[in-house]
Amino acid sequence: MINKIVQSMADALAEIHDGSVVLIGGFGSIGQPNALIDGLIEQGAKELTVVANNAGVGHIGLARLMEVGRVRKIICSYPRTTDPVVFERLYREGRVELEVMPQGTMAERMRAAGAGIPAFYTPTSVGTKLAEGKELREFSGRQYVLEEAFFGDVALIEAWEADRWGNLTYRSSARNFNPVMATAAKLTVAQAQHIVELGALDPERVGTPGIYVNRVVHVPYGEPTVT
Amino acid sequence: MNVKADLSRPVVYKPWTRDEIAARAARDIPEGYYVNLGIGIPVLVADYVPEEREVVIHSENGIIGMGPAPEPDKINRWLINASKKYVTLRPGGSYVHHADSFALIRGGHLDLCVLGAFQVAGNGDFANWSKSDNDMPSVGGAMDLAAGAKSVWLLMDHTTKSGESKLMQRCTYPLTAVGAAKRVYTNLSVLDITGDGFAVREMVPGLTFEALQDVTDAPLKMAN
Repeated sequence: MINKIVQSMADALAEIHDGSVVLIGGFGSIGQPNALIDGLIEQGAKELTVVANNAGVGHIGLARLMEVGRVRKIICSYPRTTDPVVFERLYREGRVELEVMPQGTMAERMRAAGAGIPAFYTPTSVGTKLAEGKELREFSGRQYVLEEAFFGDVALIEAWEADRWGNLTYRSSARNFNPVMATAAKLTVAQAQHIVELGALDPERVGTPGIYVNRVVHVPYGEPTVT
Repeated sequence: MNVKADLSRPVVYKPWTRDEIAARAARDIPEGYYVNLGIGIPVLVADYVPEEREVVIHSENGIIGMGPAPEPDKINRWLINASKKYVTLRPGGSYVHHADSFALIRGGHLDLCVLGAFQVAGNGDFANWSKSDNDMPSVGGAMDLAAGAKSVWLLMDHTTKSGESKLMQRCTYPLTAVGAAKRVYTNLSVLDITGDGFAVREMVPGLTFEALQDVTDAPLKMAN
């Protein structure tokens, strides 16, 4: 019997090693798997490279992971979000490295990783600092920049419902990066608010099929807050 | 002698507010357009598109058909816009994940994106993500939008708080995109970017072309 539901946070985050590349879902605090991030703090892995759209808000979730010194580098599109107090201090003190990536390039590099595409050409960033050192090629009279697939060791994602096969549904704009990150990592761990019987999810509503998911942990916490 | 401004008669005018800039831009968005609104002044545009004119607003975090802010007792806490503020979904709206949200941007399916900017040049180059490496460079989706949308409009103040022109002969900050901007709405004027630089379409009441040129680094001409 396939059963990806794990009973503890320790089981959900077992064998995440120091130096891992960790993809963390969410856009701001919506769809961000804060319970898994707190679990990762407990778990203790350090020297992490974190990939997330933003660089943490206030002192919770991703910001806390940075604050306790576990993050060596963050790759994100938009660190200058509301109240990035922790990141701002660590960045100015030179204690965390920042790589800024255009948001769509970030999403597409992970999509490519999950889809078996080693690299792709995109018009995004042509002629800017973020294309420096990258291969350019012209198609139909327009310049494009070569971007490579981006793989994670681990993806931590947040879902609304899950079954024991790891099929997931999402709420409104909380799906954001979660489905694409789920495809791009060697180990994908989801926290879900509701665990349902196999067959109970409407197949038309499944946002991430279980083939991309390795572990699911039940985290019922209600509604998120924009912090 | 070429006298550019007659100093004996001061020019009296009132700059547009942020909301007035947004309202002015909203007037020019045709029905049926698919539009992305960037953070800052651009998100205000949504409030000024008349309800009866169907414009479909895309938000980069996966919303197609975004509606206005919700009533306080009807908030969906899973539904935010690019500025991380609560919004609604219009009837007919739908959700996509991030890779699809940017595929539709890069794939040329948006008619228009409206962005803020630090600087714009007469050749359509613009800069809106980084003033210096110390300042937490934050590109977000701006480079994808600038490269992918069919048209790019910029909504911005005409000058910095200390009075330096944001309309440049050449941008000095790191570029967001090369030659992408097509129109600029500032607190003083509406300008097209033509093959031949900035062309002034409209100015705030009371402002003269000479006075506008005086506060603008880039050479201006009047639109035909």
